[in-house]
Amino acid sequence: MAERTRARPAVDSGTFHLNAAGRRVPLDVNGRVSLPFEGVGMHRPVGARHGAPIRSCSDYPANGDKRVPDLRTALERCGLEDGMTISSHHHLRNGDLVAVAALQAAAELGRRDLMWFPSASFPCQEPVIDLMERGVVHHIEGSMNGPLGAYCSHGRMRGLGVLRSHGGRWQAIQDGEVHVDVAVIAAPTADPFGNADGSHGPSACGSLGFALADSIYADHVIVVTDNLVEFPCVPWQIQGNNVDFVVEVDSIGDPAKIVSGTTQITKSPDRLLIAEYVARFLRDAGIVRDGFSFQAGAGGIALAFVGYIREIMREQGVKARFVRGGSTSYLVDLLNEGLTDYILDGQTFDLAAVESIASNPRHVATSPFTSYNWHGKGNFASLVDAVVLGATEVDVGFNANVVTHSDGMLLHGIGGWQNCLASGCTILALPAFRDRIPVIVDEVTTLTGPGELIDVVATERGIAVNPRRTDLLDALRASGSDLPIRPIEEIKAEVEKLVGGPPRRPELLDEPVAVVKWVDGTVLDTVWRVAEPPGAAG
Amino acid sequence: MNEPARGRGVAGRMDADVRSDLQVTADLAEKGGLQLSVTSKVGSLYGDAIQSEVRRVARALGVQHARIEVEDAGAIDPVIGARVEAALRAAGVTGGDARPERTVPHGEPTARDRLRRSRLYLPGDQPKLSLNAGLHRPDGVILDLEDSVHPAQKSAARLVVRNLLRTVDFMGAERMVRINPLPLGLEDLDAVAGESIDMVLIPKVEDPDTVRAVHERIRERTDRQVWLMPILETALGIERALEIASAVDSVAALTIGLEDYTADLGVAKTVEGGESLYARMRIVNAARAADCQPIDSVFGDVADEEGLRSWATRARALGFEGMGCVHPRQIRPIHEAFAPTPDQLEKALRIVAAFEEAEARGIGVVSLGSKMIDPPVVKRALRTVSIAKRTGQLADLPAPNQEADSHG
Repeated sequence: MAERTRARPAVDSGTFHLNAAGRRVPLDVNGRVSLPFEGVGMHRPVGARHGAPIRSCSDYPANGDKRVPDLRTALERCGLEDGMTISSHHHLRNGDLVAVAALQAAAELGRRDLMWFPSASFPCQEPVIDLMERGVVHHIEGSMNGPLGAYCSHGRMRGLGVLRSHGGRWQAIQDGEVHVDVAVIAAPTADPFGNADGSHGPSACGSLGFALADSIYADHVIVVTDNLVEFPCVPWQIQGNNVDFVVEVDSIGDPAKIVSGTTQITKSPDRLLIAEYVARFLRDAGIVRDGFSFQAGAGGIALAFVGYIREIMREQGVKARFVRGGSTSYLVDLLNEGLTDYILDGQTFDLAAVESIASNPRHVATSPFTSYNWHGKGNFASLVDAVVLGATEVDVGFNANVVTHSDGMLLHGIGGWQNCLASGCTILALPAFRDRIPVIVDEVTTLTGPGELIDVVATERGIAVNPRRTDLLDALRASGSDLPIRPIEEIKAEVEKLVGGPPRRPELLDEPVAVVKWVDGTVLDTVWRVAEPPGAAG
Repeated sequence: MNEPARGRGVAGRMDADVRSDLQVTADLAEKGGLQLSVTSKVGSLYGDAIQSEVRRVARALGVQHARIEVEDAGAIDPVIGARVEAALRAAGVTGGDARPERTVPHGEPTARDRLRRSRLYLPGDQPKLSLNAGLHRPDGVILDLEDSVHPAQKSAARLVVRNLLRTVDFMGAERMVRINPLPLGLEDLDAVAGESIDMVLIPKVEDPDTVRAVHERIRERTDRQVWLMPILETALGIERALEIASAVDSVAALTIGLEDYTADLGVAKTVEGGESLYARMRIVNAARAADCQPIDSVFGDVADEEGLRSWATRARALGFEGMGCVHPRQIRPIHEAFAPTPDQLEKALRIVAAFEEAEARGIGVVSLGSKMIDPPVVKRALRTVSIAKRTGQLADLPAPNQEADSHG
């Protein structure tokens, strides 16, 4: 305990190591020694799983009523000290009110140098910048974008940002790399015992899977709800047996920003074309067959892809055994039409999907543990036949970047992206250029996914298949596919001709501001400080 | 036009929604050299490239002293060049030649009876929409200088269109420009006629002299064969359809603008199109009489794919060979609607086979089984088979639009 409560050491940027991907990474990450990436599938951790402290039920109210008046009281009774770690989760997305409220309550208690460990952060959490400026929060280990991304990218955060995949977050908790002192779980419905669920209530959001690890492994667990029901809260995804305190508040989030009323398919003709190419690719490569499975998220191209794959499934008279989401009305339509037996849902994006997960037993909430965890005895992600993902950049070796923009600024979290690379066929569906910035580059700004795991890059100007996947190329030839299959270098050259050459490399300072973890906990790459605000030239 | 010779010029577009475009403000000066101020969302990646394109244009126009301010949202160089030129022109600069280097080949002129099922409208003042237009495989692209361009932006759009024609690969689509009604349209031709265009659409034509004037101006600017497609958009234009279609040999197609035509009649435009049936039939008849292609108007509701299919199917049945597209999503439904159905194609193939056999045997009468086939039926079958060859429906035969692929 004493070790965790000391003030965190300053970043020692002095010691770097070239990892197996050839990227220069720091050995010291926020006072812990971190292993450099050793190659895909190479790292074999040893030891035992981290455990939460033993508790006794006799210390908890026999009537099951764990309510306390407010977050401040709950944090105080959890024994929150300086330098501890508070975790939160992003199932309320950009509508979340709980994470900032918890950190502000910690500030009221006078706590300092906390580590905030969100499963992802959103622009609504911009007030955390003020808490970092005031010393309440020391640093963030979790995705950063928008204002928080800019704050970190410009080197203003005291510690290093640590970007982990959803599975990597579970891994870090389970092997003790991150010790969660207090988990604060926003719950759309809960009972006084702490059982909680996400599919009902005014702030319903669907699955609470991101919070499961914290509920099991944190020293203390606080459930915060705006929809308290009498025991039992059924169904429960968070078990009250893991929960210390329950706090009732007026509102945990802004429903309009938690789920979208309707999810709109892209109108961009180029993105529609990419989506159609991806669907036809799966057909022509022989992946669409009875009992197959795929995963597609809620991005514009992925949604449109679901529409096209649905037409192909109808034409061919086949159905999927399961599809994985990010679920939206488009996946729900597949389920209701009988084109898939199950939706295995990691995150629930729109009202139709929330309603479906609440009412359809074939629409099942999953978690990073079922799907993504390096320390799991297998993962659902590797059972998926094909996954459609995005990226900000990909290089001619199929290595991809999802966390930074081409100018070096932090832009996105990793999410489940890295974990999904384990699927049978990983497809990046990308516009070949955005404004004048080409998506295919010589070397990605930040390595987030090794090229050996990325099989296909689909753009509106052609589809590049990783030369390692001779099986896919053979299948396309055998089916007589008329898709524009082209070498990745050729697409790159064509786009560069159009946009006026490759972009200049951004000017990055030799000062790390964050690290990108691989799914096994090793350090895949470093995010460097951006020299000046982008957009200034001349 | 009343700007002083040493003045200020502004060109381009900039607000929060604008992407891949820019705004340029140019103030000419007597001394001090070129002062550039560039802000760009891609500044850290392409700042140098932007500066060098601005300088190139200023140099090409002989501007030595000016303050040029650029606010860029990720435009490519030919667009930057067009906007800078427009700003300097608006500031009073005359003379000079700031055309960007041509990076796409001229390509062979297109055939008079080329497949023209779809023509995709691309607003001349929104360059972003043009860059990937060819990927959607329209038979033609129309860089539009008329209705989609605000009156105040006409000369600026002309420069954008000119630069795009020199640098964007439309991947085998026929390169068309819709000019403004004359006399403004003649200025449009001065800017673009030399840029290897294949066809000019002339709006609101009511008089064959308009067509002749366009034809003459093109011939002054280029030796290349450039086809004309007059657009009839008024009651008077419709009544003079045959005269207009026969005005010059280079009229290869005739079409109708339904928004303006129905407004001229004072009736509502409906999805059934009953109000314009007479006019559209008049177009089909006049076009056939003048040996050119009858082409239908556009279907404006992009979201209504069923409505589009139904319209296009009826248009084909009336005798049209194609129609316009306001969004790339409309291209495929239109191509499908204007293709012969499998039944029609099969029957046509049998008739053509019988015709060829009769020819080979020197028999004047074509018969299929016990049935004699009249010459007009043979003619229609030959036409159906010819279309199917060019659409690729007959797979072993030459690919569609092969003559234009060298635009490449």
